Amino acid sequence: MAALLFLAQTLRIAIPYLFAAAGGVVSERAGLIGLTLEGYMLGGAFGAALGSYYGHSAWIGVLSGIGGGALLALVYGVSAIRFRADQVVIGIAINLLAIGLTRFFLRLAFGSSSNSPRVAGFGAEHAGTGVSALLSNPMIWLGVIAIPVIGWVLYRTPFGLRVRAVGEHPVAARSVGIPVPRVRYSAVILSGILAGLGGVYLVLDQHQFTDQMTAGRGFIALAATIFGRWDPLRVGLACLLFAAAETLQIQLQGAQLIPSQFVEMIPYVLTIVALAGVVGRAVPPAALGKVAE
Amino acid sequence: MMPTPGAPAIRLTDIHKSFGPVRANRGASLEVMRGEIHALVGENGAGKSTLMRALSGMYAPDSGRMEVADADGILHEVTGWSTAEAIAAGVGMVHQHFMLVSTLTVAENLMLGAELTKDGALRVLDTARAAREVDALSQRTGLRVNALQRVSELSVGEAQRVEILKALYRGARTLILDEPTAVLSPPEVAELWQVLRHMRARGETIVLITHKLDEVMSISDTVTVMRHGRTTARLRTADTTPPEIAREMVGRDVVLATEMRQDAAMAGEGWAVARDGESVAPASDARSLGTSSFPLPALEVRVLAVGNARRTRAVDDVSFSISPGEILGVAGVEGNGQTELIEAIAGFRQVRSGSILLDHRDITHTAVRARGQAGLSHIPEDRHARGLVLDYSIAENLILGQQHRFARGGFLNTLDGDRIADNARRQIAAFDIRPNDPTLPARALSGGNQQKIVVAREMGRDFRVLLAAQPTRGVDVGAIEFIHAQLRGARDAGKAILLVSADLAEILALSDRVAVMYGGRFVVVLPRAQASESVLGPYMTGAEEAA
Repeated sequence: MAALLFLAQTLRIAIPYLFAAAGGVVSERAGLIGLTLEGYMLGGAFGAALGSYYGHSAWIGVLSGIGGGALLALVYGVSAIRFRADQVVIGIAINLLAIGLTRFFLRLAFGSSSNSPRVAGFGAEHAGTGVSALLSNPMIWLGVIAIPVIGWVLYRTPFGLRVRAVGEHPVAARSVGIPVPRVRYSAVILSGILAGLGGVYLVLDQHQFTDQMTAGRGFIALAATIFGRWDPLRVGLACLLFAAAETLQIQLQGAQLIPSQFVEMIPYVLTIVALAGVVGRAVPPAALGKVAE
Repeated sequence: MMPTPGAPAIRLTDIHKSFGPVRANRGASLEVMRGEIHALVGENGAGKSTLMRALSGMYAPDSGRMEVADADGILHEVTGWSTAEAIAAGVGMVHQHFMLVSTLTVAENLMLGAELTKDGALRVLDTARAAREVDALSQRTGLRVNALQRVSELSVGEAQRVEILKALYRGARTLILDEPTAVLSPPEVAELWQVLRHMRARGETIVLITHKLDEVMSISDTVTVMRHGRTTARLRTADTTPPEIAREMVGRDVVLATEMRQDAAMAGEGWAVARDGESVAPASDARSLGTSSFPLPALEVRVLAVGNARRTRAVDDVSFSISPGEILGVAGVEGNGQTELIEAIAGFRQVRSGSILLDHRDITHTAVRARGQAGLSHIPEDRHARGLVLDYSIAENLILGQQHRFARGGFLNTLDGDRIADNARRQIAAFDIRPNDPTLPARALSGGNQQKIVVAREMGRDFRVLLAAQPTRGVDVGAIEFIHAQLRGARDAGKAILLVSADLAEILALSDRVAVMYGGRFVVVLPRAQASESVLGPYMTGAEEAA
């Protein structure tokens, strides 16, 4: 039973990572750095709160959350693709923009500087944290299939083949008639939608939006993308690994065996280890971060 | 109506194209007949690639008219079309830098942009069918590839086959090849010529961009020459000579430093034999022997091993020595450890094991500046990455790495502008750098003159040993002539030179001894008299191993 609860909690924690990391894989495989995942998640979360509150339906929240993530992704896409801005600089700016914008509209829409009122979510009220509550939440199911679906898209569809080509050698892609900017816009907006869904999950699970509620989850997803070497299967496993570490930390909190801060560091330490080439070599897409030709 | 051979397949009229201030094409015209191999020649920067990229839809020309014949031989105006339209109309280009995605398989690269999908709503990629089609095409054309192999695992020659197949797969009836032999070993070049002749026999049209005159003479039917963005001559290959083409390319008479290359082109393989025969005598010369008999080698490398990002032994136990007054040429297909060897000797790359001795002093672990003071000069293979700071002036580039010698000393230790200007004036005159204004940024100069800055800096000072890596890459014929003369002059003045070049003709034209590098090793070292393209070729592909 304890094992089952551990798995259930790991999955709950992993869902936003799985969504955002699926977005990270799509974006980075197309050559756009996924630094903005955090911003998309926050945008998606706020969109979900707005939609769910005013639409009185969790599903409307899902749709408006997708819109929030996609909108920020579009801003990033236009800056990085159309205007060829430095992706790291723009990425940081988008994340700060997401914090500022959600805070501004939080005050405007809900008259609060800290959180939204209670909003509709999925499943029964106070269903608890049990396994049955998990299974009844469609966002969980969406999150579980996000990574396999992205893997299928990348490796089995013409669009995926083009995404992989564009992120690796955009000039070659252009030379065979592929509209490189269009593929990149599609990929970056898809990543905004996916990461936005990660934010949607948080809001619908907690039944409210709180200021900066994503709390670095987008960066953990980016770490998972890199630690998983941009391969959907490995990235999914990385998300589960990071989530399991977090669950362990929560469950051990009473025991205080190790300071919780060290557990929180695990994703980043593993990412540095991965990038340093300790466990096999992490080779990023060759055109990552380079849009200007 | 069936198209007749000899009818125009392509007609470009008065094409202009600028990139910012650079006018790459200014009134270029080209007419290519169906079923011919048409050589488009010119010095680097003459605008050949730009013109052909416009034809393949990569750029739209600023002005001018482009016409391409359809399958019935009727010309249609296509000015400013897209790559997709060009491909649909049967115009395919094989670029100088391969347009292949190295992480994808051969089949994936071929269908990229024209993906095959299975029936059904989901449009799933049909990789199996793509692989079958690739195999069928491979059989038909004789271009052997493995459809399911990743491109990153292919040799350069195989990658080029994939590039040609890619164009043919998309139904190209006109194939444009941009400097296709730059990275090939001689047997691979011979194989490529065979493929092109087969295509011509089937009535397909080929445009070959090149600056190598032997290629023009041996394969083409017609030649169009470009100079400074204009097309200056259209000649029938059978009616012209290499000096005539060279004159059109440069705009003046050129004493071709690579005369041997043209002799070879005209006499074919027979030349190499004859040449070998007549050069038997110098083989007894001490300089030409496999191991130098000079008592004091200027540069000595002992069982050197060097790693790179992919391989721990990119240079794998290489030993050699070079005497004063000797050029050791290192031939080989690029990527066989030449870069790592040069960088290790120059001091940019850590040595794993072995040692490097300059005048019997161990410099294996000394700093780059100390090596320079010990008498080492280095012309790096990539002048933009390692040889120049493009935004610095000519005068500043001429003191890079030796700036400490132009300092006033004292507490502030500022640079001495007068001495720098004086040095620049002398070097610009001695090495004929044009334009001769020392304040111009290096970026403003042609490739040949940029290279002369590097050559002037490295050879215009006191040195004992010169590392010359690809010293004439991307350099016009006039500058090649000049740089080759400088290298020969330095050799005759008693300098030891390690020459690395992907251009086998250059190696044969300059070296006293020739080594072939393959897989990180010197697979063979021969006196010049015993080396020829036909002897070295098999070693370059790894077909022949060292005895």
